[in-house]
Amino acid sequence: MTRLFAAVVAVLAAVAALIAVAPELLSPYLVNSAGQLAAFALLAVSLDLIWGYAGILSLGHGLYFAIGGYVVAMHLLKHGLAVTGRVPDFMQFMGWSEFPFYWAGFESFPYAAGLTVVLTLAMSGLFGFVSFRSRVGGVYFSIITQALVYVAMLLMFRNDTGFGGNNGMTGFSVIFGRDMADPFVSRMLAIGSIVILIAALLLCRRLVTSRVGRLVVACRDDEARLRSLGYGTLRLKLGIWCLSAVLAAVAGFLYVPQVGIINPRLLSPDVSLEIAVWVAIGGRGALSGAVIGAILVNGVKFWLSARAPELWPFILSGLVVLVVMAFPNGLLDLGRLRPRALKFLRPARGT
Amino acid sequence: MIAIDVAGLNVRFGAFRAITDLSLTIDYGEVHAIIGPNGAGKTTLLDVISGLTRPVSGRVTLDGARELTRLSDTAIARAGVRRKFQKPSVFMALSVGENLEIGGLGDASLIDETARLIGLADQLQRPAGTLSHGQKQWLEIGMVLAARPRVLMLDEPVAGLTDGETDLTAELIATLRGPDRAIVVVEHDMDFVERIADRVTVLHEGRTLFEGAMADARQDRQVIDVYLGR
Repeated sequence: MTRLFAAVVAVLAAVAALIAVAPELLSPYLVNSAGQLAAFALLAVSLDLIWGYAGILSLGHGLYFAIGGYVVAMHLLKHGLAVTGRVPDFMQFMGWSEFPFYWAGFESFPYAAGLTVVLTLAMSGLFGFVSFRSRVGGVYFSIITQALVYVAMLLMFRNDTGFGGNNGMTGFSVIFGRDMADPFVSRMLAIGSIVILIAALLLCRRLVTSRVGRLVVACRDDEARLRSLGYGTLRLKLGIWCLSAVLAAVAGFLYVPQVGIINPRLLSPDVSLEIAVWVAIGGRGALSGAVIGAILVNGVKFWLSARAPELWPFILSGLVVLVVMAFPNGLLDLGRLRPRALKFLRPARGT
Repeated sequence: MIAIDVAGLNVRFGAFRAITDLSLTIDYGEVHAIIGPNGAGKTTLLDVISGLTRPVSGRVTLDGARELTRLSDTAIARAGVRRKFQKPSVFMALSVGENLEIGGLGDASLIDETARLIGLADQLQRPAGTLSHGQKQWLEIGMVLAARPRVLMLDEPVAGLTDGETDLTAELIATLRGPDRAIVVVEHDMDFVERIADRVTVLHEGRTLFEGAMADARQDRQVIDVYLGR
């Protein structure tokens, strides 16, 4: 499994290097797709951390993804206004001449980046604390996360909240003072996303192989046992939950500038469900599995969207059925097939 | 010296009285067996002592000072009151060594010694999920033991074990007893209890029916009627 992890990191690094050194080999569409896929992979890693390792299934991680997405969109609009004078669309159709007060400060990138983390920690921390303290777990927890993301979607669909309403936000013109249409910017965004994905993978790897990581797995396998050994599981679960939420928010922060739009659709429950599908297909409980699942599923989706978008639901459902029936640990089971087959050839060890 | 003092304990689950006016003490240095028919309240008593179940009334005091019925299960474990569950509960995805490390609250120095005690010294790398039932029972005892508890509670430590494994478990418990440790054992295997226990408490329908030596319990008319005779 470590070999696979190293291979995944190496491939990611190679793609980033290729974009940096020989961009003429790749079409702008491909570069942009690679960056978006990296953001999705990061989102999948965040869910794998909490689902695969901690055994807590969130069906509402789109919420944290959207926090990062909305905050960066607000930054891009304010920054665009400052540089080019372009007034955001939603201000025009709402007939507003001034931003609501909570838009203050968004022209600053450090403010937006910091706010993403603070908001995400506040939201996930509060929700996690209340849930884990009252020992809400299993499917009940999953359903509540789903309900929460749905509530957020309804809220964001309202036009009077000042977040763009059902049209969302788009028309991002500049980032860091540079024209967003510049291919160089698109390359930097893709490389940045991949580099951040690699950094997150290494960080998570360190975490899951540490003593805390073993406690997280122990808590997944038998929380009551862990508590009766003298461990407070609330802090443990809350910590990993908040970390997962922040990673998801970072993914959204990287995704929205590259896709160029955010709207409340991102908060739709089926988007959040799909994240779990990526992780299940790739193989949960292994960081490389989450990356492979996210890239594979979304890669096929991107490719099909130009050719036969109507086939996509059938392919996705087919993959889910295949995984559930044949590969309970996702596609990573494919790698385990060979060693298992070979085991029969080895002499049985007496124990 | 008294380790755990249970006084006037009442536990109800809805209309069911699981434990009624129960009082007993568990002393340092002894192996105290709690026996009785199914539903007598044995596991419930351990649940109350370890903080998993709250009593309606009554007190459970550790070392004459700490009231356990108000502490969380985690805090009670931290205070040195540890328990092996009826169903072997080990962390399947982790290795034997990692299970022991977690049991010892991160103190790695005790892993090797504990592993030797439970006969798993040469299996530290093995995933706990692949152990036999008997080895899982021992590993769980080892996890509970790794933090050097003052009060050790074992809920059916030999259930499902072979005769040979039962003998080894009896020897293990004999080596664990000490002047600074109180050991509570809930068990149905009467021969095993007679081998290891200094004192037995027979529970029946949530009340104490008998307390004394196992040999005397076997002669007691009431104990024979409700439990042993059947």
